Amino acid sequence: MEGNNINKNKFNLKSITNNSAFSSFTAAFMAIILGLVFGFLVMLFAKPDTAVEGFKLIILGGFRRLPDVFYFATPIMMTGLAVGFAFRMGLFNIGASGQYTMGMYFALVVGFMFDLPGGIHWIVAILAGMLGGMIWGAIPGIFKAYLNVNEVITSIMFNYIGMFLVDMWIQNSSVMYVSNMARTAYLPQTVQIPSLGITGSSVNFGIVFAIIIGIILYIILEKTIFGYELKATGFNKHASEYAGMKGKRNIILTMIIAGGLAGLGGAFAILAPSAIAGASMTYEPINVIAANGFNGIAVALLGNSHPLGIILSAVFISHIQRGGTLTSLVGFKPEIIDVVIAVIIYFSAFAMIMNSALGRFVRRRLHSGEDVNTVDEVIDNDAKEAE
Amino acid sequence: MDVIYYLIQNMLPVAIPLLLVALGGMFSEVSGVINIALEGIMLCGAFFGALFVYWIQDTGLAPQQILLLAMLIAALAGIIYSLLLSFAAVTMKADQTITGTSLNMLIPAAILLFSKMFFNSDGITTSVNFYIKKVPILGEIPVIGRLFFQRTYITVMIGILFLIISVIVFYKTRLGLRIRACGEHPHAADSVGINVLKMRYLGVSISGLLGGIGGFFYSVGVMDGNVNGHTGVAGFGFLALAVMIFGQWRPMKIFFAALFFAFLRTLAYSIPLIPVLRDLGMHPTYYRMLPYVATMVVLAFTSKHSRAPKAEGIPYDKSQR
Repeated sequence: MEGNNINKNKFNLKSITNNSAFSSFTAAFMAIILGLVFGFLVMLFAKPDTAVEGFKLIILGGFRRLPDVFYFATPIMMTGLAVGFAFRMGLFNIGASGQYTMGMYFALVVGFMFDLPGGIHWIVAILAGMLGGMIWGAIPGIFKAYLNVNEVITSIMFNYIGMFLVDMWIQNSSVMYVSNMARTAYLPQTVQIPSLGITGSSVNFGIVFAIIIGIILYIILEKTIFGYELKATGFNKHASEYAGMKGKRNIILTMIIAGGLAGLGGAFAILAPSAIAGASMTYEPINVIAANGFNGIAVALLGNSHPLGIILSAVFISHIQRGGTLTSLVGFKPEIIDVVIAVIIYFSAFAMIMNSALGRFVRRRLHSGEDVNTVDEVIDNDAKEAE
Repeated sequence: MDVIYYLIQNMLPVAIPLLLVALGGMFSEVSGVINIALEGIMLCGAFFGALFVYWIQDTGLAPQQILLLAMLIAALAGIIYSLLLSFAAVTMKADQTITGTSLNMLIPAAILLFSKMFFNSDGITTSVNFYIKKVPILGEIPVIGRLFFQRTYITVMIGILFLIISVIVFYKTRLGLRIRACGEHPHAADSVGINVLKMRYLGVSISGLLGGIGGFFYSVGVMDGNVNGHTGVAGFGFLALAVMIFGQWRPMKIFFAALFFAFLRTLAYSIPLIPVLRDLGMHPTYYRMLPYVATMVVLAFTSKHSRAPKAEGIPYDKSQR
């Protein structure tokens, strides 16, 4: 009877710890913990007397502004999906920033230059943003597929080229640019995405769209032939080519989709309604690469490049970012969160490895004296963890 | 004629950081580790170099002495920062691109945090004048003296020295050969008793040293001794990667590639001085994009038959022999 119980327990624990979703979750969790600990140490070093208070704000401060957490999660969710989707195919889309900026610009063009009725104006602007991102995403794809240029370098270069171009186009346009404010003019009401109606916050339907898009991506990746080919190419490029999959076409298609996702992020960000009546979001052309693109990398890695994981991790990153802005109340600067995010990415790059080592350790402790793991089982576990 | 002198004099302080950082990237990649963190390493070196200058600028040391001391600090900072990359990429066998990206993100955030909290600004501003109007004796030589030894920085001469050392280490020493073997065929290198992990640590550390110095030289020669967390090193680390690829992982080719890129950049910022280009009336942004566009053009032509180290980017695993 008692032995039976132990056996049952063991079985449950094993089935949980061997689950790949669980192990990527614990890996992300570990990276987050290490990132936060590092952030806390930095705070302790910088300003010991208020470090604890500031750290509490980072962890819990976001709950005070939950609508804003979702509002700021929208663009990074989209760039996160853009990075994560490409990553599933083995492409590192570091160019989400450029695609994001391009998408934002295309949305601005529709917002300012087109005179459409209120019901469809914002929809057209969003689609234009997607188009802009797609164009900017296609370029690294084409360079990679036909000229064998590493997509990382291409994307970085096109981040700069896109940023310079957009800043110039905006500054040259007398309709978009208010030179004495050094930023874009207010967008007309018709082009702003409908608000979710929460007072004091700009949270809007963008977050709903972003979550729906994430779910659609999940279905594409898991349930379609294209998704299967894409993942297969990510696992083993040569094997998939041998199996007759069109590698070049898939590379370009993946980058176009990824670019479109980042472009949507730019559109969602700039078309968001303002909490102040008559105003809107504005863009400041100051020759700086959009940070939301890089935060997308963090979101994607933390979410293990899984669309549903990315939805969660975007909300989490946004949550600590909101908390981070609150730390200025106790003498810190919001940049502490960027430090934490960078450290999280650093650790998530090898969290899976640490995690499998830890998992092995835990399992060994659990099964010590029982000798249940045959050699085959251990190898099997290792193979699963390697995934 | 004056324009040509002006262009060359201004090009060299820009070319040297590119050269040093690209050489650093080369040492890292021929050992088998993709170093996309060069941008972060540069900024790290620039920041600690400038911070050191800020601390000792009132001690009455001569500017060139301060520069040399700060250079050592920058090199040390670069090496330490690059150890974070080698630990993740070599010991932990993590994805090298992701690790590099995280290191690129960490340092600007840390600089902004530190500078905002302690200096109430976006970076560090120093007040030492490193500029050399004319090098004694050498500056008197006709033409050459004016081209290379007037209105310049000592960084140019140090940079050339590092190039010579790099060429010697790369081609003429056992160490250089061993590092290169680890990037081409690590298992073969291991089989003849070379410690691959150690060599990779060394390769990345050399890139940290050169990257840190390059970053500090960028802040001296391009930013007037200042460092700013927002603009950082303006993508120079990434440009250096392009320079390295354009230079096909060979020191002298990298030198000429660096000169080429630096020339384009100097040209972009000197349009008002050149009548022909000024009269074209193009928007200055186009010129500012020139180095990045040139990178893409160059890569499009050189990547098809790339001579990249064969094992770069692949963590070394003994059991996969």
